[in-house]
Amino acid sequence: MTTTTNARTEVATRLALYRTQVALRQFEQRAYDLFLENLVKGTSHLSLGQEAIAAGFAAAMRSDDWTFATYRGHAHTLARGVPMTPVLAELLGRDNGLMGGKGGSMHLTSVEHGVMGSYAIIGAHLPIACGAAWSAQYRGTQQVAVCFFGDGTVNIGAFHEALNFAAIWSLPVVFVCENNQWMEYTRTSDVTAVARPAADRASAYGLAPIVVDGNDADAVYEVAVVALARARAGEGPSLIEAETYRHGGHSRADPGKYRPDEEVAAWLAKDPIVRYRARLLDAGVAEAQLAQIEGEVAGEVERATTEAKAGAAPGEDRLMSNVWADGGSSWRN
Amino acid sequence: MAQLTFREAIARGIAQEMRRDDSVVLLGEDVAAAGGVFKGTVGLLEEFGPRRVRDTPISEQAILGAAMGAAMTGLRPIAEIMFSDFFAVCWDILANEIAKSRYMTDGQLTFPLVVRSGNGGGLRFGAQHSQSVENWAMMIPGLKVVVPSTPADVVGLLAAAVRDDDPVVFLEAKALYPTKGDVPEGEVVDTLGTARVLRSGSDATLVALGLMVPRALAAAAELAESGVDCTVIDVRSLVPLDTATILREVTATGRLFTVEENPRLCGWGAEVASIVADEVFYDLDGPIVRITTPHIPLPAADALEDLAIPSVERIVTTVAKSMNA
Repeated sequence: MTTTTNARTEVATRLALYRTQVALRQFEQRAYDLFLENLVKGTSHLSLGQEAIAAGFAAAMRSDDWTFATYRGHAHTLARGVPMTPVLAELLGRDNGLMGGKGGSMHLTSVEHGVMGSYAIIGAHLPIACGAAWSAQYRGTQQVAVCFFGDGTVNIGAFHEALNFAAIWSLPVVFVCENNQWMEYTRTSDVTAVARPAADRASAYGLAPIVVDGNDADAVYEVAVVALARARAGEGPSLIEAETYRHGGHSRADPGKYRPDEEVAAWLAKDPIVRYRARLLDAGVAEAQLAQIEGEVAGEVERATTEAKAGAAPGEDRLMSNVWADGGSSWRN
Repeated sequence: MAQLTFREAIARGIAQEMRRDDSVVLLGEDVAAAGGVFKGTVGLLEEFGPRRVRDTPISEQAILGAAMGAAMTGLRPIAEIMFSDFFAVCWDILANEIAKSRYMTDGQLTFPLVVRSGNGGGLRFGAQHSQSVENWAMMIPGLKVVVPSTPADVVGLLAAAVRDDDPVVFLEAKALYPTKGDVPEGEVVDTLGTARVLRSGSDATLVALGLMVPRALAAAAELAESGVDCTVIDVRSLVPLDTATILREVTATGRLFTVEENPRLCGWGAEVASIVADEVFYDLDGPIVRITTPHIPLPAADALEDLAIPSVERIVTTVAKSMNA
């Protein structure tokens, strides 16, 4: 377990980390409310409880680094600086959505913010992140690809292919396993041969086993700084297991009732935002300053909700566009 | 004009593009030091070095994933999947990720990549190393599908595929690797989505692809001796599909025969037949006939494989019987 030395993280960075975590939390809570109003169709996977990982990494990344996220990708998208309105509008299937309503909750992408996609087939984006890292290595740009995935991903073949590939080519990619203890509706330890799903596999690829408290934004930030520097220095990939817990179920349809009450209570007591707030107060940050951040974020969520709801439904021009690089969808003459 | 084998044309086409553009890179199993298991990439490591020509592990998802990630961030990778049958182990990356991500992101991402693969039968490799999978790729929106039948087309269409900003599945008929043909000197660049009329006749139009093209031509020569004068079209590109050429030639002869190596159901010829029936039905003088491999896994024994894949003899017999009915 990596320990934190909080003093190393500057106050400005820590306030930014707090703001990001609060934004992710309030956004996801609003997204959940909008599901209940049936304004978000289809499925959706919230990051409530896992905000510290997205916030910690985003704070440590260079603006031209790349994020590869999963279908549980709202937090990772917002953490890179994508405004709330287009993200929320995408969830609502509106024309002003991040992808004009064509991707939906599970595929959030904003190339201009380095969010190179959210991938909804388990494991797929690990080799894709390798490709981006290869491109950075080839062109000498010192960019790093950071690839987030859940604990369930370690048991699919693409994980193994990607980790081996990244190791043999010494690629600048950081693999981040968000171990939220549950693989959809099944306890991860019931279906995984090792206790630490990612860390205990690291030696198979010649990598160090790194485990971090994923509910501690400072700890995540520090681990991220080290892994990113290692990648930029040409020393190859890292595999980081961030221990965390999702406060809700796997997806919209899942109340998460299979989890023991005492387990949920124990993890709620380790809520990353509650902990971080207390830590900032201990460090001398004024209550009023934190309240101001919370208030500003609340206003931002309100504005985004209004703007997203005001978006029109996408039309036929969206439907038939951008299959091909020429902007169209024609397959014949 | 140089005479090259089909396999030499692969290396020639890749080298032409790699010399022109430093963002073109090649990866795959045994493509570098070994020059490819089918010897399609001989000499490329020596000319371009290990930075641009890279051997990979037996990891097809990693190969195509790496190609995708590289393509979306500025490179123009050429990925080799040794046998197209292996698409089945990396189909998620090809069908779900590469094909759909441009659309899903409403154009934010672009994937200028080529997936080359040895395709089809004739080498007695049995059911898992002989399939004609062009229809697998054709049915996925977002993939272009190109199938050359001559060394000159290999160079020109490969160049066009590399320069195209969309993902192109480039299928090389394995049985054609040793065949020879003239390739013009200098840079050769073709156009995707263009069929080629190889022979003009007045009685029937044979539309063929890949390995079936030389067989359709040989069949047409035999049929001419018995008084059936055939047009032969090499489709060359399934997506985009040159329907204009096909419709024009079918209208001129009044008859359509597709010659397909793939198993019967949902072969590319079914789509061609549907388009012809929809759009030029009243110009037809007789039924549309599809000549295909039966709907079976391919057997290994030479005698059985030869029975399965459309032969010159089967094409001749089928066309003659239908024309005389």
